[in-house]
Amino acid sequence: MSLAGLFLVVFLLVHLSINLLILKDDGGKSFIAASEFMSSNPLIKIMEIVLFGCLFIHMIYGVILTIKNWMSRPVKYSVVNKTDTSFFSRYMIYTGGIIFIFLAIHFMNFYFVKLGLVDIPEGAGNRHDFYNMVINLFSIPSYSVIYIILMLLLGLHLNHAFQAAFQTLGINHNKYTPAIKVLATIYSIIVSVGFSIIPLYFLLKY
Amino acid sequence: MNLTLKIWRQKNSTSKGKLVKYKLDGVSEEMSFLEMLDMLNEQLILQDQDPVAFDNDCREGICGMCGLYISGRAHGPDVGVTTCQLTMRNFKDGDTITVEPWRAKAFTVIKDLVVDRSAFDRIIQAGGYISVNTGSMPDANSIPVSKRNSDLAMDAAACIGCGACVASCKNASAMLFVSAKVSHLELLPQGKIEAAERVQNMVKKMDELGFGNCTNTYACEVECPKQISVSNIARMNREFLHAKVCKEKH
Repeated sequence: MSLAGLFLVVFLLVHLSINLLILKDDGGKSFIAASEFMSSNPLIKIMEIVLFGCLFIHMIYGVILTIKNWMSRPVKYSVVNKTDTSFFSRYMIYTGGIIFIFLAIHFMNFYFVKLGLVDIPEGAGNRHDFYNMVINLFSIPSYSVIYIILMLLLGLHLNHAFQAAFQTLGINHNKYTPAIKVLATIYSIIVSVGFSIIPLYFLLKY
Repeated sequence: MNLTLKIWRQKNSTSKGKLVKYKLDGVSEEMSFLEMLDMLNEQLILQDQDPVAFDNDCREGICGMCGLYISGRAHGPDVGVTTCQLTMRNFKDGDTITVEPWRAKAFTVIKDLVVDRSAFDRIIQAGGYISVNTGSMPDANSIPVSKRNSDLAMDAAACIGCGACVASCKNASAMLFVSAKVSHLELLPQGKIEAAERVQNMVKKMDELGFGNCTNTYACEVECPKQISVSNIARMNREFLHAKVCKEKH
């Protein structure tokens, strides 16, 4: 689960770097070029299979783990645990679940369109015209606001996930662990702010 | 001070329990939590009622017998202490204190606040030992041990097996306990020899007994009366991965 999660951590950075090309003032030229490269490169095609594999393992394992953990305490306490721990570390399955719902919508909007499973939305030229699909969606203010909230939740999920993955893999060192925790926070801020900038740009522009 | 206590009362492991409210007046702040419960029990005995059953032994924080979930915290609100070391100074006059037994599938309630923690014994039986021939005492300095490892092993060996880690973990995981035992033996040359088999056997037993999995919330470390570090869990994970990956075909 931790290895699959770390792969997803790397993937998000790649995804973010391509998304940010939307902001480049060239009518979407560089974004279209990058997304065409991602759709056609054979190595990326292989990585796509690895990505879906990791996503599947991460989700299924997360659900199985949570059910097993819930079963480990059949009789609950009547007073809720007051131990001082990081808030979001306790609710990973819920933030994960919300991200999953977002992913389903995200796939309906983009990936399934590309595969031809969903009709091409109005305003987009063809199945690969992601640039216009993005502009269409972010021109709806409510969509942009929900997107930003979800990216914040993703950041909170990642903040715990990033450093927990290292602990699970046995990497805990008095010199490096504090640095990993700082890196986790920086990474999650970059991801959630980075992805949020794009709808924010469209919200302010229109 | 005058207190209202809500205590979990359960006749035996098969019966259904419930929280029962008791009023207790004249509690001194110098008392320990267990002395306060003794006071309540004396009152109950005088009223011809069944006293509250709770585990305790040394009452100086080293045996690991006492362990109560007090108002949402394992061993109560103080840091680095067992229930017997918790003083009533941590509470205020008029407080309502809820006392519950450790809750975990692997720890069944025997009566009231007493739970069966023999699951821990079974984990120890699965690998918490070293195999050496008995005989005359070996020379103390014949096997060199680095100061660092000796300190880390000693820190891990401070675990008294009270079960607060399981009680406070949202998943009722025993990872801190098992990792403390794995670490304290693995860090020393005598324990290193069986380290690979030990970690696999102890983890297997822990899973079999129905303890949950670690999701790195670290509540165990916060509530551990001996303040065992979660770095021991990472060491156990490391040892476990190494044992699984490097295992040879038989």
